[in-house]
Amino acid sequence: MVHVASIVPISLTVGANRIVPAVAIPYPLGNPALPEDEERELRLKLVKKALRALQTEVEKQTVFEE
Amino acid sequence: MAEKKYRVVHYLNQFYAGIGGEEKANIPPLIKEGAVGPGRPLQQALGEEGEIVATVVCGDSYFAENIEAAAETVVEPVSRYKPDVFVAGPAFNAGRYGIACGASCSAVSKKLGIPVITAMYKENPALELYRKEVYIIPTANSVRGMAEAIPKMAGFVRKLGLRQEIGLPEADGYFPRGIRVNRFVSRTGAERAVDMLLSKLRGEPFQTEYLMPTFDRVLPSPMVKELQSATIALVTSGGIVPLGNPDRIEAASASKFAEYNIAGVYDLTPDAFQTCHGGYDPVYANNDPDRVLPLDAMRALEKDGTIGKLYDHYYVTVGNATSVANAQKFGKVIAEKLKAADVDGVILTST
Repeated sequence: MVHVASIVPISLTVGANRIVPAVAIPYPLGNPALPEDEERELRLKLVKKALRALQTEVEKQTVFEE
Repeated sequence: MAEKKYRVVHYLNQFYAGIGGEEKANIPPLIKEGAVGPGRPLQQALGEEGEIVATVVCGDSYFAENIEAAAETVVEPVSRYKPDVFVAGPAFNAGRYGIACGASCSAVSKKLGIPVITAMYKENPALELYRKEVYIIPTANSVRGMAEAIPKMAGFVRKLGLRQEIGLPEADGYFPRGIRVNRFVSRTGAERAVDMLLSKLRGEPFQTEYLMPTFDRVLPSPMVKELQSATIALVTSGGIVPLGNPDRIEAASASKFAEYNIAGVYDLTPDAFQTCHGGYDPVYANNDPDRVLPLDAMRALEKDGTIGKLYDHYYVTVGNATSVANAQKFGKVIAEKLKAADVDGVILTST
Protein backbone atom coordinates (compact mmCIF):
# COMPACT_ATOMS: atom_id res chain seq x y z
CA MET A 1 0.00 0.00 0.00
CA VAL A 2 1.16 3.53 -0.72
CA HIS A 3 -0.38 6.54 0.98
CA VAL A 4 -0.75 9.62 -1.18
CA ALA A 5 -1.27 12.04 1.66
CA SER A 6 -1.69 15.77 1.97
CA ILE A 7 -0.35 15.85 5.50
CA VAL A 8 2.78 13.71 5.67
CA PRO A 9 3.33 14.00 9.46
CA ILE A 10 -0.09 12.49 10.02
CA SER A 11 0.66 9.71 7.58
CA LEU A 12 3.87 9.03 9.49
CA THR A 13 2.05 9.08 12.81
CA VAL A 14 -0.48 6.52 11.67
CA GLY A 15 2.26 4.21 10.49
CA ALA A 16 2.14 4.33 6.70
CA ASN A 17 5.35 2.86 5.30
CA ARG A 18 5.23 4.20 1.75
CA ILE A 19 4.18 7.82 1.62
CA VAL A 20 3.88 10.12 -1.38
CA PRO A 21 3.25 13.76 -0.50
CA ALA A 22 0.12 15.05 -2.19
CA VAL A 23 -0.41 18.48 -3.70
CA ALA A 24 -2.83 20.07 -1.23
CA ILE A 25 -5.65 19.17 1.09
CA PRO A 26 -8.60 20.06 -1.14
CA TYR A 27 -6.92 18.60 -4.26
CA PRO A 28 -4.31 16.01 -3.31
CA LEU A 29 -3.94 14.86 -6.93
CA GLY A 30 -4.76 18.01 -8.82
CA ASN A 31 -4.17 21.71 -9.16
CA PRO A 32 -7.08 23.91 -10.20
CA ALA A 33 -4.68 26.71 -11.07
CA LEU A 34 -3.39 24.70 -14.02
CA PRO A 35 -5.09 24.27 -17.38
CA GLU A 36 -6.91 20.95 -17.62
CA ASP A 37 -4.38 19.03 -19.66
CA GLU A 38 -1.47 20.13 -17.45
CA GLU A 39 -3.44 19.14 -14.37
CA ARG A 40 -4.03 15.67 -15.82
CA GLU A 41 -0.30 15.41 -16.52
CA LEU A 42 0.43 16.34 -12.92
CA ARG A 43 -1.98 13.71 -11.68
CA LEU A 44 -0.50 11.06 -13.92
CA LYS A 45 2.99 11.92 -12.69
CA LEU A 46 1.89 11.65 -9.06
CA VAL A 47 0.16 8.32 -9.60
CA LYS A 48 3.25 6.99 -11.40
CA LYS A 49 5.32 8.05 -8.40
CA ALA A 50 2.91 6.19 -6.15
CA LEU A 51 3.26 3.07 -8.30
CA ARG A 52 7.06 3.37 -8.15
CA ALA A 53 6.78 3.48 -4.37
CA LEU A 54 4.75 0.27 -4.50
CA GLN A 55 7.56 -1.30 -6.47
CA THR A 56 10.18 -0.26 -3.93
CA GLU A 57 11.19 -2.54 -1.08
CA VAL A 58 11.16 -0.61 2.20
CA GLU A 59 12.22 -1.56 5.69
CA LYS A 60 10.89 1.47 7.46
CA GLN A 61 8.59 4.39 6.86
CA THR A 62 9.68 6.08 3.65
CA VAL A 63 8.51 9.33 2.16
CA PHE A 64 8.96 9.38 -1.62
CA GLU A 65 9.67 13.03 -2.25
CA GLU A 66 11.10 13.33 -5.72
CA MET B 1 -25.70 19.54 64.75
CA ALA B 2 -24.77 17.02 62.08
CA GLU B 3 -25.08 18.12 58.44
CA LYS B 4 -27.18 15.88 56.28
CA LYS B 5 -25.00 13.15 54.84
CA TYR B 6 -24.71 12.95 51.08
CA ARG B 7 -26.05 9.68 49.71
CA VAL B 8 -23.99 7.35 47.53
CA VAL B 9 -24.96 4.30 45.51
CA HIS B 10 -22.11 1.97 44.58
CA TYR B 11 -21.94 -0.44 41.63
CA LEU B 12 -20.01 -3.71 41.86
CA ASN B 13 -19.77 -6.85 39.79
CA GLN B 14 -20.69 -10.29 41.07
CA PHE B 15 -17.11 -11.06 42.07
CA TYR B 16 -16.41 -8.01 44.21
CA ALA B 17 -19.83 -8.29 45.78
CA GLY B 18 -18.83 -11.72 46.98
CA ILE B 19 -21.54 -13.53 45.05
CA GLY B 20 -19.32 -15.68 42.89
CA GLY B 21 -16.86 -15.89 40.04
CA GLU B 22 -17.42 -16.55 36.35
CA GLU B 23 -20.16 -19.03 37.13
CA LYS B 24 -22.17 -16.08 38.42
CA ALA B 25 -21.21 -13.73 35.64
CA ASN B 26 -24.66 -13.69 34.15
CA ILE B 27 -26.73 -12.67 37.15
CA PRO B 28 -29.09 -9.76 36.51
CA PRO B 29 -28.87 -6.67 38.74
CA LEU B 30 -29.72 -7.01 42.40
CA ILE B 31 -29.57 -4.55 45.27
CA LYS B 32 -27.89 -4.86 48.62
CA GLU B 33 -28.42 -2.36 51.39
CA GLY B 34 -25.41 -0.34 52.50
CA ALA B 35 -21.81 -0.93 51.54
CA VAL B 36 -20.54 -4.28 50.25
CA GLY B 37 -17.04 -5.62 49.58
CA PRO B 38 -14.75 -2.73 48.48
CA GLY B 39 -17.62 -0.42 49.40
CA ARG B 40 -16.71 -0.94 53.05
CA PRO B 41 -13.24 0.65 52.92
CA LEU B 42 -14.77 3.24 50.61
CA GLN B 43 -17.41 4.03 53.25
CA GLN B 44 -14.68 4.24 55.88
CA ALA B 45 -12.81 6.77 53.75
CA LEU B 46 -15.98 8.84 53.32
CA GLY B 47 -16.29 9.03 57.11
CA GLU B 48 -19.32 10.74 58.57
CA GLU B 49 -19.93 13.06 55.64
CA GLY B 50 -21.31 10.54 53.20
CA GLU B 51 -23.20 7.28 53.28
CA ILE B 52 -23.26 4.42 50.83
CA VAL B 53 -26.95 3.68 51.09
CA ALA B 54 -27.06 0.83 48.60
CA THR B 55 -24.93 -1.32 46.32
CA VAL B 56 -26.09 -2.43 42.89
CA VAL B 57 -24.58 -5.72 41.79
CA CYS B 58 -24.64 -7.22 38.32
CA GLY B 59 -22.90 -10.08 36.52
CA ASP B 60 -20.17 -8.99 34.13
CA SER B 61 -21.37 -11.14 31.26
CA TYR B 62 -24.99 -10.21 31.81
CA PHE B 63 -23.89 -6.63 31.33
CA ALA B 64 -21.42 -7.01 28.50
CA GLU B 65 -23.76 -9.09 26.36
CA ASN B 66 -26.44 -6.46 26.36
CA ILE B 67 -24.90 -3.23 27.49
CA GLU B 68 -27.65 -0.75 26.81
CA ALA B 69 -30.41 -2.86 28.26
CA ALA B 70 -28.32 -3.76 31.29
CA ALA B 71 -27.47 -0.12 31.91
CA GLU B 72 -31.19 0.64 31.84
CA THR B 73 -31.87 -1.98 34.47
CA VAL B 74 -29.30 -0.36 36.76
CA VAL B 75 -30.83 3.08 36.46
CA GLU B 76 -34.16 2.17 38.04
CA PRO B 77 -32.90 0.92 41.41
CA VAL B 78 -30.41 3.77 41.55
CA SER B 79 -33.20 6.29 41.12
CA ARG B 80 -35.17 4.68 43.95
CA TYR B 81 -32.37 5.44 46.39
CA LYS B 82 -32.09 9.06 45.27
CA PRO B 83 -28.32 9.28 45.69
CA ASP B 84 -26.26 12.41 45.39
CA VAL B 85 -23.40 10.47 43.82
CA PHE B 86 -23.11 7.20 41.88
CA VAL B 87 -19.76 5.41 42.00
CA ALA B 88 -18.79 2.24 40.14
CA GLY B 89 -15.86 -0.17 40.51
CA PRO B 90 -12.88 0.08 40.64
CA ALA B 91 -12.66 -2.11 37.55
CA PHE B 92 -8.86 -2.17 37.19
CA ASN B 93 -8.12 -3.94 33.88
CA ALA B 94 -11.26 -6.04 33.69
CA GLY B 95 -12.85 -5.26 30.33
CA ARG B 96 -16.43 -6.39 30.91
CA TYR B 97 -16.46 -4.86 34.39
CA GLY B 98 -15.00 -1.62 33.01
CA ILE B 99 -17.72 -1.51 30.40
CA ALA B 100 -20.36 -2.17 33.05
CA CYS B 101 -18.96 0.61 35.22
CA GLY B 102 -18.68 3.07 32.35
CA ALA B 103 -22.05 2.23 30.90
CA SER B 104 -23.94 2.36 34.17
CA CYS B 105 -22.27 5.66 35.07
CA SER B 106 -23.16 7.01 31.67
CA ALA B 107 -26.77 5.88 31.94
CA VAL B 108 -27.20 7.18 35.48
CA SER B 109 -25.67 10.49 34.49
CA LYS B 110 -27.81 10.88 31.39
CA LYS B 111 -31.10 9.58 32.74
CA LEU B 112 -30.95 10.82 36.32
CA GLY B 113 -28.56 13.75 36.09
CA ILE B 114 -26.62 12.41 39.05
CA PRO B 115 -22.84 13.03 39.28
CA VAL B 116 -20.95 9.83 38.55
CA ILE B 117 -17.44 8.51 38.89
CA THR B 118 -15.67 5.24 38.20
CA ALA B 119 -12.07 4.01 38.17
CA MET B 120 -10.02 1.70 35.97
CA TYR B 121 -6.61 0.96 34.50
CA LYS B 122 -5.45 3.04 31.53
CA GLU B 123 -5.59 0.12 29.13
CA ASN B 124 -9.05 -0.98 30.06
CA PRO B 125 -10.89 -0.93 26.72
CA ALA B 126 -13.77 0.80 28.48
CA LEU B 127 -11.64 3.86 29.09
CA GLU B 128 -11.71 5.01 25.49
CA LEU B 129 -15.40 4.22 25.30
CA TYR B 130 -16.52 6.24 28.30
CA ARG B 131 -13.83 8.76 29.18
CA LYS B 132 -15.61 11.55 27.40
CA GLU B 133 -18.85 11.18 29.32
CA VAL B 134 -17.74 9.97 32.72
CA TYR B 135 -15.08 10.97 35.25
CA ILE B 136 -12.68 8.03 35.36
CA ILE B 137 -9.87 7.77 37.91
CA PRO B 138 -6.72 5.86 36.95
CA THR B 139 -5.91 2.75 38.91
CA ALA B 140 -3.33 -0.01 38.80
CA ASN B 141 -4.04 -2.94 36.55
CA SER B 142 -5.17 -5.39 39.24
CA VAL B 143 -6.84 -5.69 42.64
CA ARG B 144 -3.40 -5.22 44.17
CA GLY B 145 -4.08 -1.53 43.52
CA MET B 146 -7.23 -1.52 45.65
CA ALA B 147 -5.65 0.12 48.68
CA GLU B 148 -4.37 2.92 46.48
CA ALA B 149 -7.61 3.30 44.53
CA ILE B 150 -10.03 3.61 47.43
CA PRO B 151 -8.80 6.91 48.90
CA LYS B 152 -8.62 8.42 45.41
CA MET B 153 -12.18 7.38 44.69
CA ALA B 154 -13.34 8.55 48.10
CA GLY B 155 -11.80 11.97 47.54
CA PHE B 156 -13.63 12.32 44.27
CA VAL B 157 -16.94 11.01 45.62
CA ARG B 158 -16.64 13.51 48.45
CA LYS B 159 -16.11 16.42 46.06
CA LEU B 160 -19.14 15.41 44.04
CA GLY B 161 -21.20 14.79 47.19
CA LEU B 162 -20.33 18.21 48.62
CA ARG B 163 -21.02 19.78 45.22
CA GLN B 164 -17.47 21.07 44.97
CA GLU B 165 -16.13 22.01 41.60
CA ILE B 166 -14.04 19.45 39.79
CA GLY B 167 -10.82 20.94 38.48
CA LEU B 168 -8.61 20.00 35.58
CA PRO B 169 -7.53 16.36 35.17
CA GLU B 170 -4.00 16.88 36.51
CA ALA B 171 -5.29 18.63 39.60
CA ASP B 172 -8.08 16.26 40.50
CA GLY B 173 -6.56 13.03 39.28
CA TYR B 174 -8.79 11.71 36.53
CA PHE B 175 -8.23 10.74 32.90
CA PRO B 176 -8.51 13.79 30.63
CA ARG B 177 -11.88 13.73 28.98
CA GLY B 178 -10.77 15.60 25.92
CA ILE B 179 -12.72 18.66 26.92
CA ARG B 180 -10.96 21.89 26.14
CA VAL B 181 -11.38 24.56 28.74
CA ASN B 182 -10.81 28.12 27.63
CA ARG B 183 -8.87 30.41 29.90
CA PHE B 184 -6.91 33.62 29.67
CA VAL B 185 -3.13 33.65 29.95
CA SER B 186 -0.80 36.61 29.82
CA ARG B 187 1.32 35.53 26.85
CA THR B 188 0.10 34.86 23.31
CA GLY B 189 0.19 31.39 21.77
CA ALA B 190 2.99 32.50 19.48
CA GLU B 191 5.17 33.53 22.42
CA ARG B 192 4.43 30.33 24.33
CA ALA B 193 5.14 28.23 21.24
CA VAL B 194 8.47 29.94 20.57
CA ASP B 195 9.48 29.54 24.20
CA MET B 196 8.66 25.84 23.98
CA LEU B 197 10.69 25.51 20.80
CA LEU B 198 13.67 27.28 22.32
CA SER B 199 13.53 24.97 25.33
CA LYS B 200 13.32 21.99 23.01
CA LEU B 201 16.31 23.18 20.98
CA ARG B 202 18.33 23.70 24.15
CA GLY B 203 17.44 20.20 25.28
CA GLU B 204 15.56 21.67 28.24
CA PRO B 205 12.28 20.19 29.47
CA PHE B 206 9.08 21.75 28.24
CA GLN B 207 5.40 21.10 28.74
CA THR B 208 3.26 20.64 25.66
CA GLU B 209 -0.18 22.19 25.78
CA TYR B 210 -1.57 19.53 23.49
CA LEU B 211 -0.55 15.92 23.92
CA MET B 212 -0.60 13.96 20.68
CA PRO B 213 -2.07 10.48 20.89
CA THR B 214 0.26 7.62 20.03
CA PHE B 215 -0.45 5.30 17.15
CA ASP B 216 0.63 1.88 16.02
CA ARG B 217 3.47 1.00 13.68
CA VAL B 218 2.85 -1.38 10.79
CA LEU B 219 5.18 -3.96 9.26
CA PRO B 220 6.02 -2.83 5.70
CA SER B 221 4.43 -5.00 3.03
CA PRO B 222 6.68 -6.47 0.35
CA MET B 223 7.02 -4.54 -2.92
CA VAL B 224 4.73 -5.19 -5.86
CA LYS B 225 6.55 -7.31 -8.40
CA GLU B 226 5.56 -7.23 -12.07
CA LEU B 227 3.40 -4.18 -12.06
CA GLN B 228 2.36 -4.78 -15.67
CA SER B 229 0.33 -7.82 -14.58
CA ALA B 230 -0.70 -6.49 -11.17
CA THR B 231 -4.19 -5.52 -10.03
CA ILE B 232 -4.11 -2.20 -8.22
CA ALA B 233 -6.99 -0.86 -6.14
CA LEU B 234 -7.91 2.66 -5.12
CA VAL B 235 -9.02 3.53 -1.60
CA THR B 236 -9.67 7.01 -0.26
CA SER B 237 -10.41 8.75 3.00
CA GLY B 238 -11.35 11.80 0.99
CA GLY B 239 -15.04 11.03 0.86
CA ILE B 240 -15.49 10.62 -2.91
CA VAL B 241 -18.91 9.01 -3.35
CA PRO B 242 -21.56 8.63 -6.05
CA LEU B 243 -23.64 11.79 -6.41
CA GLY B 244 -26.14 11.99 -3.62
CA ASN B 245 -23.97 10.06 -1.16
CA PRO B 246 -26.31 7.06 -1.33
CA ASP B 247 -24.84 5.31 1.66
CA ARG B 248 -24.88 8.48 3.73
CA ILE B 249 -21.27 8.46 4.81
CA GLU B 250 -21.07 11.17 7.44
CA ALA B 251 -19.17 14.39 6.78
CA ALA B 252 -17.32 13.87 10.03
CA SER B 253 -16.88 11.03 12.50
CA ALA B 254 -17.72 8.49 9.84
CA SER B 255 -19.38 5.42 11.21
CA LYS B 256 -18.87 3.46 8.02
CA PHE B 257 -17.00 2.99 4.77
CA ALA B 258 -18.49 2.03 1.40
CA GLU B 259 -17.53 -0.02 -1.62
CA TYR B 260 -18.44 1.16 -5.12
CA ASN B 261 -18.19 -0.58 -8.46
CA ILE B 262 -16.25 1.41 -11.04
CA ALA B 263 -16.15 -1.16 -13.82
CA GLY B 264 -16.57 0.73 -17.07
CA VAL B 265 -16.02 4.12 -15.42
CA TYR B 266 -13.07 5.97 -16.94
CA ASP B 267 -13.43 9.40 -15.43
CA LEU B 268 -15.08 10.82 -12.32
CA THR B 269 -17.32 13.71 -13.26
CA PRO B 270 -19.51 16.08 -11.20
CA ASP B 271 -22.72 14.70 -12.67
CA ALA B 272 -21.99 11.29 -11.15
CA PHE B 273 -19.66 11.77 -8.18
CA GLN B 274 -19.07 14.20 -5.36
CA THR B 275 -17.27 14.53 -2.08
CA CYS B 276 -19.08 14.12 1.22
CA HIS B 277 -16.06 14.98 3.38
CA GLY B 278 -16.76 17.88 5.73
CA GLY B 279 -13.14 18.63 6.56
CA TYR B 280 -11.90 20.35 3.46
CA ASP B 281 -13.20 22.86 0.96
CA PRO B 282 -15.25 20.62 -1.36
CA VAL B 283 -15.40 22.83 -4.43
CA TYR B 284 -12.32 21.39 -6.18
CA ALA B 285 -13.21 17.79 -5.50
CA ASN B 286 -16.77 18.37 -6.61
CA ASN B 287 -15.62 20.00 -9.85
CA ASP B 288 -13.34 17.06 -10.56
CA PRO B 289 -13.44 14.11 -8.16
CA ASP B 290 -10.34 12.64 -9.86
CA ARG B 291 -8.41 15.20 -7.87
CA VAL B 292 -9.04 13.07 -4.78
CA LEU B 293 -9.64 9.65 -6.32
CA PRO B 294 -7.37 9.54 -9.41
CA LEU B 295 -9.50 7.22 -11.50
CA ASP B 296 -8.72 8.84 -14.87
CA ALA B 297 -4.98 8.48 -14.30
CA MET B 298 -5.33 4.84 -13.26
CA ARG B 299 -7.37 4.09 -16.40
CA ALA B 300 -4.71 5.70 -18.57
CA LEU B 301 -2.04 3.54 -16.94
CA GLU B 302 -4.20 0.47 -17.37
CA LYS B 303 -4.68 1.27 -21.04
CA ASP B 304 -0.98 1.73 -21.76
CA GLY B 305 -0.03 -1.45 -19.90
CA THR B 306 1.80 0.13 -16.97
CA ILE B 307 -0.49 -1.75 -14.62
CA GLY B 308 -2.31 -4.99 -15.36
CA LYS B 309 -5.72 -3.90 -14.12
CA LEU B 310 -7.51 -1.37 -11.96
CA TYR B 311 -9.59 -3.27 -9.44
CA ASP B 312 -13.32 -2.99 -10.18
CA HIS B 313 -14.22 -1.59 -6.78
CA TYR B 314 -12.93 1.28 -4.76
CA TYR B 315 -13.39 1.89 -1.04
CA VAL B 316 -14.21 5.18 0.60
CA THR B 317 -14.70 6.69 3.96
CA VAL B 318 -14.36 10.17 5.40
CA GLY B 319 -11.18 10.77 7.34
CA ASN B 320 -12.50 13.76 9.26
CA ALA B 321 -12.54 13.23 13.02
CA THR B 322 -12.75 9.50 12.36
CA SER B 323 -12.15 7.67 15.58
CA VAL B 324 -8.93 5.67 15.58
CA ALA B 325 -10.98 2.68 16.56
CA ASN B 326 -13.30 3.02 13.58
CA ALA B 327 -10.47 3.75 11.21
CA GLN B 328 -8.67 0.62 12.33
CA LYS B 329 -11.85 -1.37 11.94
CA PHE B 330 -12.53 -0.09 8.43
CA GLY B 331 -8.94 -0.62 7.38
CA LYS B 332 -8.97 -4.19 8.58
CA VAL B 333 -12.19 -5.06 6.78
CA ILE B 334 -11.17 -3.32 3.56
CA ALA B 335 -7.79 -5.05 3.63
CA GLU B 336 -9.46 -8.42 4.04
CA LYS B 337 -11.72 -7.78 1.08
CA LEU B 338 -8.83 -6.66 -1.10
CA LYS B 339 -6.79 -9.64 -0.07
CA ALA B 340 -9.64 -12.00 -0.84
CA ALA B 341 -9.89 -10.41 -4.28
CA ASP B 342 -6.18 -11.00 -4.94
CA VAL B 343 -5.42 -7.31 -5.30
CA ASP B 344 -1.66 -6.80 -5.53
CA GLY B 345 -1.32 -3.22 -4.42
CA VAL B 346 -3.32 -0.29 -3.13
CA ILE B 347 -3.11 3.43 -3.60
CA LEU B 348 -4.74 5.15 -0.63
CA THR B 349 -5.41 8.85 -1.04
CA SER B 350 -6.06 11.26 1.80
CA THR B 351 -6.95 14.91 1.91
